[in-house]
Amino acid sequence: MTPALAIRGLKKDFGGLPAIHDVTLTVMQEERRLIIGPNGAGKTTLFNLITGDLKRDAGEIELFGTEVSRLRPHQRVRHGLARTYQIITLFPRDTLEHNIMLSLLGLSPLRWNPFSPLSRHAELRSRAREVLALVDLEAQAARPLSEVPYGDQRRVEIAMALAQKPRLLLLDEPLAGLSQGERAAVRALIARIPRETTVIMIEHDMDTALELAEHLTVLHYGRVIVEGLRAEVVAHPKTREVYLGH
Amino acid sequence: MPDVEPTAQRRVWHWTTLAVLAAVLAIPFFAGEYYVNFASQIFIACIFAASLNLLVGYGGLPSLGHASYLGLAAYVSAWLFLRLGLNHAYTAAIALAGTTAIAAIFGLIALRASGLGFLMLTLALSQVLWGTAYRWVSVTEGDNGLRGLTRPAPFQLDLDQPATFYYFTLAVTVLALWLIARFVRSPFGAALAGTRDQPRRMSALGHSVWMTRWITFIYAGFWGAVSGLLFVYYHKYIHPASLSLTTSAEGLIAVIAGGSGTLAGPLIGATIVMILKNYVSSYIERWNMLLGFVFVIIVIFMPDGLVPGVKRFWQRWQRRKP
Repeated sequence: MTPALAIRGLKKDFGGLPAIHDVTLTVMQEERRLIIGPNGAGKTTLFNLITGDLKRDAGEIELFGTEVSRLRPHQRVRHGLARTYQIITLFPRDTLEHNIMLSLLGLSPLRWNPFSPLSRHAELRSRAREVLALVDLEAQAARPLSEVPYGDQRRVEIAMALAQKPRLLLLDEPLAGLSQGERAAVRALIARIPRETTVIMIEHDMDTALELAEHLTVLHYGRVIVEGLRAEVVAHPKTREVYLGH
Repeated sequence: MPDVEPTAQRRVWHWTTLAVLAAVLAIPFFAGEYYVNFASQIFIACIFAASLNLLVGYGGLPSLGHASYLGLAAYVSAWLFLRLGLNHAYTAAIALAGTTAIAAIFGLIALRASGLGFLMLTLALSQVLWGTAYRWVSVTEGDNGLRGLTRPAPFQLDLDQPATFYYFTLAVTVLALWLIARFVRSPFGAALAGTRDQPRRMSALGHSVWMTRWITFIYAGFWGAVSGLLFVYYHKYIHPASLSLTTSAEGLIAVIAGGSGTLAGPLIGATIVMILKNYVSSYIERWNMLLGFVFVIIVIFMPDGLVPGVKRFWQRWQRRKP
């Protein structure tokens, strides 16, 4: 089976300081992979390199067998890649429905239509409502995003990613800043993500993260130091040394 | 933006639009020739400001070079008419196509940057055209400008008559504003606003931020060119000042003062600028100072511009009503 993601010799420096140092990583399709590591280990930088938000210094990135290192971020989305951000970056003045519609438009030729009013595209609105129903937010569809709680905004962000039916989804600390109740809702949502969508997640809430992931990668100072099945990695002395602290 | 505008507010908006349209249609029946001509100039300024608003308000791309398209279309049309003797149908078509093509090239250059860099690149490009118009005397007549032009006569309409020119300009303005309104409310317009608010997110959603901005730049250039054609038809004369920083800045002031990112804002702003420039300047020598003063007052009390500011006051007042 072709890997969902294959990274070889990936490097990224910031002002001479290596943030990602010769990372090689393979994530198979349908996998649930957790990336852990202390602050500054390079986890978000790795995500930014995969999506193209940052340009690599060296190395190759393949998505489902296609080399995408030279592609721009929006072109990589066409290869089935979607992501969420550590800090929510949505459209607070717009309604929840409008946020989802922007996501749906991203992969639709309709986005080039400069003439017919967006409000008249009933099929797009109805699809947006369906997506919101998946995250139990359909009743709030007409509310501006800024008026819903942070936890709901996080669910909207994940819904926007899922609206594109991604083949590979990158979740960057999806539980960060959420209350206990909100965490439970988002955790349940992540658990419901269809199996055909490969998920790579960065998360500091280890209990939740370990519950959701089968494979783990430990990053430290921009290097992969341990990789493997959940139990193996958690028990590995290096993991305990750099991440769990004992 | 909230999905459903309150019905009462929408009704007020519809009636206001109808009342304004009725008043505008009636102007030639009760106003003198001076005011009819003045109103024609306001329409031209409205198209210019509305086209700039596509960049500034909806794209988040502040441009200080939009006069390039107004001036270039006017110069091309005038030059083809005077030097090659082409009729107005050809000069208009070539001027619009040529100016839009130049907008596409300028867009390629200016969109290498965003924010302040974009602003400076648009300014620099417009200064190149302005300098060329001043210095390439054999083509542009330099500071003397190109004179001796006539107005076209589409469908046997005598545009030399102020009222006829007024209705012609009004028709073009209504068409332009309608198409611009459709543009910003379309899926493409939604994507454009998204690139203004969260370009990185839009990219992560599969939108080509650069292409969206470039198409908008070209579209704005096209409508800038349309305003330039009307401008040269009105004045029957073109001077390098039409390409100057001052012309671009007046457009930008109109957009910001009226309310960028709104459809009505640039129209209100352009009307205020034109009243100060053409009417008040007859009485006050330093009208530029007054324009600056008015702009500062608006920005102090309504930082988002007049239209969003008045809307906010109206909503506050409505809430206070028992």
